[in-house]
Order: sequence, then structure tokens, then C-alpha cells
Amino acid sequence: MEPILEVQNLEVKFHTLDGVVNAVNGVSYSVEAGKTLGIVGESGCGKSVSVLSIMRLIPDPPGKIAGGKILYLGNNLLEYDETSMEHIRGAAISMVFQDPMTSLNPVLTIGKQIGEAMMFHHGFTRDQAERRTIELLNLVGIPNPEQRIKEYPHQFSGGMRQRAMIAMALSCTPDILIADEPTTALDVTIQAQIVDLTRRLQDELGMAVIWITHDLGVIAELADRMVVMYAGYIVEEADVFQLYENPLHPYTLSLLKSLPRVDSSRAGERLATIPGFPPDGITVLPGCPLAPRCRFAVERCMQENPHLEQFVADHNVACWVDVTTGKER
Amino acid sequence: MEILVQVRGLKKYFPITQGILIQREIGAVKAVDDVSFDIYRGETLGLVGESGCGKTTTGRTLIQLYKPTAGQVLFEGNDLTQMDDKNLRALRRSLQMIFQDPYASLNPRWTISRIIGEPLRVHRINGGKSNLERVEELLETVKLNANYMNRYPHEFSGGQRQRIGIARALASDPSFIVCDEPISALDVSIQAQIVNLLEDLQDQLGLTYLFIAHDLSMVRHICNRVAVMYLGVIVELADRDDLYENPLHPYTKALLSAVPVPDPRATRARKRIILEGDPPSPADPPAGCRFHPRCPIAVERCRSEQPQWREAAPEHWVACHEV
Repeated sequence: MEPILEVQNLEVKFHTLDGVVNAVNGVSYSVEAGKTLGIVGESGCGKSVSVLSIMRLIPDPPGKIAGGKILYLGNNLLEYDETSMEHIRGAAISMVFQDPMTSLNPVLTIGKQIGEAMMFHHGFTRDQAERRTIELLNLVGIPNPEQRIKEYPHQFSGGMRQRAMIAMALSCTPDILIADEPTTALDVTIQAQIVDLTRRLQDELGMAVIWITHDLGVIAELADRMVVMYAGYIVEEADVFQLYENPLHPYTLSLLKSLPRVDSSRAGERLATIPGFPPDGITVLPGCPLAPRCRFAVERCMQENPHLEQFVADHNVACWVDVTTGKER
Repeated sequence: MEILVQVRGLKKYFPITQGILIQREIGAVKAVDDVSFDIYRGETLGLVGESGCGKTTTGRTLIQLYKPTAGQVLFEGNDLTQMDDKNLRALRRSLQMIFQDPYASLNPRWTISRIIGEPLRVHRINGGKSNLERVEELLETVKLNANYMNRYPHEFSGGQRQRIGIARALASDPSFIVCDEPISALDVSIQAQIVNLLEDLQDQLGLTYLFIAHDLSMVRHICNRVAVMYLGVIVELADRDDLYENPLHPYTKALLSAVPVPDPRATRARKRIILEGDPPSPADPPAGCRFHPRCPIAVERCRSEQPQWREAAPEHWVACHEV
């Protein structure tokens, strides 16, 4: 199947007082209609910046998309002017953010905020928008929507705000839904509701989903394919089952080993750790960015940064070492 | 097993007031509403629950950072709630806390040596001269370079700051530490480092922890026993493996089933109990069992009658009519 969205060699830099931060360094991924792509990584790894670039929401200055292409149905979004982009955002591609409290407008009613996009993109009247908003709130499971559309964000609980955000994102039936850590601020029982809801809506509406998180549990649950990012690079990319069963990058491998599991007792066992902490993005070392923290690192890792390569069918990894043998490839 | 801390009928209500000049109390947020439990010497007791369930308030009230509305906290037999400030201060040496946010809990204008040395000065533990040596020792204990002593908090990463917070908690040689979500603000690759450090320190120094967290996977790893809170009350308390493998309370079951597992095959095969709606407000908790509006097995009795806290199986406590 043809991908509906393709990110090719994306490079994003931020010019700060401390120096140039290389937030995203030549990242490529794609997603097909009806499928879910998971992007995982720690804070500062460039996962959010890469999707904000798709929406062209990188503040410039200080940010700058320095290279690459973002192809939506074959058209490069990076060549679009601001007016054309306005017709993409919220209509073809929409986004749900991590913190629903700061991304909803506190002085507008929920109904008004959700209806706005439909009035803008579809030319709905106020009444049409209101009727559709009530339908949408029903769809995402907010009880008593006729009353709820007149309320303000502070009258909603965290889980309900996130549902309202999802209703807003779906209002113009987008082809692609980008979810940037949508459940990080929520409790697990509410997270389960949101994950369930997203999957159900995806089945009904057939949209592509890009789900960003640092939680390897959530990705295991809902993604079809996944990419793992570290220090602005994709270090591994594969089908989700393949990747969890045979992680090929030392970073993925160590992360999975460092996680305790709710469904099995590992009492008394020590958790595997990754020593040190992630790089700041300003000081660029010649070698692999993980090398100083990596227990597999060999001489070559300090000098040359490995490229993403396919060693196993449909499974890409950027590493000089074969972690299954511990030897250089 | 020797009991170190006994909590009996602990309550903490925060008043809701109305009016600007004359403030009238119009209600109370019942953050903690009658909880009782024991903590054994040398163990790690986990306290889990969702945001707003009162787990942090329980921890803070326990070490008297909040004055309890009612109830007793016995530490080595002494009732902390009845103690005057002077005696309490002396006892505080043994009761310490590690905070959730390593960014907000360190004074940005103080050097690391001053931050870690403060408990030593407050409790007059060492003479002025040997303070620096003790700070150096503490930094080594938490595996930080002693040369960092004169730096400021902003020069450190989140994981390093949490180590500084731990060193500060250890300075006065405590026997009991309340760890209030010590790893929630940290990146995944750093969390395991801090958890291993806490476990090592427990082995070396014989510490007792109350570990407050919402990450149920990590709690299963680090705790010996686990208490589950919902809306100000403890609904279940049991040995770790007993609780995770054989949960009795419907809330515990739903909570555990909602935790995703980092393994696509296993997590997709798990049976989920999806709870409807959100937890109600602790200012106006439901009558009867507090969980009944969301409970999949609630019966008529649950609406009116509060369930008894009872030992349903040996060392397995639960508050539910239907168990």
C-alpha cells in the first residue's frame, strides 16, 4: 500500500543562545492509511519536533526546518505557503497534544472551540457546527453533550478534556491524526479509555495515526510499526511485534530490559540500566550519539555515526554492532 | 516482624472557604479519610492510586508536614500527632522525604554542599568542620562526583538532581523515608538507575520506605507490600505478589488490567476492565462504598453502606462487600 504521509530526511535545527541544537537529524518515516505508527524516545530526542514539522508548527525563529521533504499524498508540505497550510491543518492532518489544559482556550466554551474548525474548513453555519459537535462528543463518549458544549475547559476533568481534544481533531475527518503524548498526563484507567477510543475510531474512520510516547507499553498495545528515536536520530524501525521480540539496537534492548512488568514478578532482580544521560544536542560528537552510554560500543562507534540499514527483512537499525553476537558487523 | 510505623484512623480534611473578609467554611475536601496501616521495619510499602486519591497527602500527613484532622501516627511507639514542636523536630532526623520534582525541591540559589549540609546544621549533627567531609561522603553514597559540591542545581540533569535530593534525605541518618513519586519526573533510561540506587541504600543502611507511586509496574518491582488507595481511603492491602496475582477489590482489578505491558503479544492478549467515567470529587464523595458509581459488580448495599476493612485472606486486607 502507498503511504499517505512520508517524511524524508527531515532536519530541524534550533538557534539558541547556547548554540545550534540539532533537534532532528535526517529522519525518515512513513505511515499508511488505517495504520498506526508509534514513535518512542526520551524527552529531547526530537520526536515531538519531527511531528510539529509535519504541521509546520515549528516557531521560526529560533527553529528552522533545514532540509528534507514531507510528502502528503505526494505533495511536499514544506513548499506550501501559510494559507495553503491552513487548509491542511485540522482538515487533512490534525493533532492532539499532551496537555489538554494548556492546549484548550480557557475563555471559549468547548462547543465553540470544536465547532470553529468545521466553520472554517467546511463552511458550516453555527447551527450545523453545533449539531455536528454534539454528535462528535457523543462519539468520544462524553455524556450529556447538549449541556457540555456550553461549558468551559475548567469544568471538564483531565480525561474529558482529552476526549474533547480528540473530538476537535476528528471534526473534519482528517486522513492523519497525530497524537503527541496524549495520555502522558492521564491516569492509567483513563489512558486505557483513550487508547480504546482511538482504536475504535480508527477502525470506523480509517485514518492513519502517528502516536508519540515515551511509554513502551502503550506502543506495544496500539502500534503497527514503530520507530525508536535517540538524540535526533532514528536508531531502529520495524514492525512492532518484530521490534519487541528481536530488538537490534543496544538502546532499544537496554530500555526494554530496564522496564519492570506488571504481569510478572522479577523480585530481587536488578533492573538493567543505561549509564549516564542523553546528550544535549549542541555538542556533536563524531561517532554514534549513544556510544558513551553503550555497553556494546567498539572503536568504530566513537568515530563514525552509523546509518539506518536493513540487516533483517523489514527491520532497520543504525548500529555498527550485531547485538545478538556482540561483534562488529 | 517489627512494626516501625503504625497509622490509625488518619484523616486529613482541607477546608473549602467562601468570602473574602469573613471566610466561612462551606465544606471540606476529604483528601485522606480514615486510613489505617502498619509499616514494618526494613520493608518497602507501596502506596498506589490515581492522581487526587490522597496518596501524597497520606505521606505528608504521616510525617506531620500537614497537621492531621484526626488519627494517630505511632513511630517506634511515639505518637507524632501529640508531640510538641521541639520533640517532633528531634524525631524528624529519623523521618525524611524524597520529593517528586527534582527541579522544584532544590533551592536554585544554594550550592549542592549547602543543600545537602542543611539537615546537618539544623540538627547540629556534626561540628562545623566535618560537615564538608560528611557531604562528600553522602555524594559518594549516591554515586555523584564529590567535586560537584560547589555547583548549583541548574548545572545537573534530572537524574543527578534526584540523587542530590536523596543525599539530602540521607544526611540526618534517617530510618524511615517517604519517597513521593521519586521517579515519575525522570526519563525511562534514568528511572532504573534511581530505583537501583534506592534498593542498594536500603540494603546498606537498613532503611524503611513508604513508596508513593502511580507506576504499578515499578511498584511491583520495588515494594514488599502494596496498598491501593481510591478517593481518600485504602481499598486493598496485601503482599506484592498476592496483590498482583490475586487482586480482590474490583478497583484493584481494573487498575492492574489497565497497565500496558511492553510486549505486544502479551498486552494485546490481556483482558481489560475499562472503567466508565472519572473518579468523583473528594469534596463530595459518594455515600456507601466510594467506588460504587464506577464499580462493575456493585449491588444495592454498596450505595448505602460503607464496606468494612477486613482481612479476607491471611495478610490480605480489603474493603468490599462483594469479596
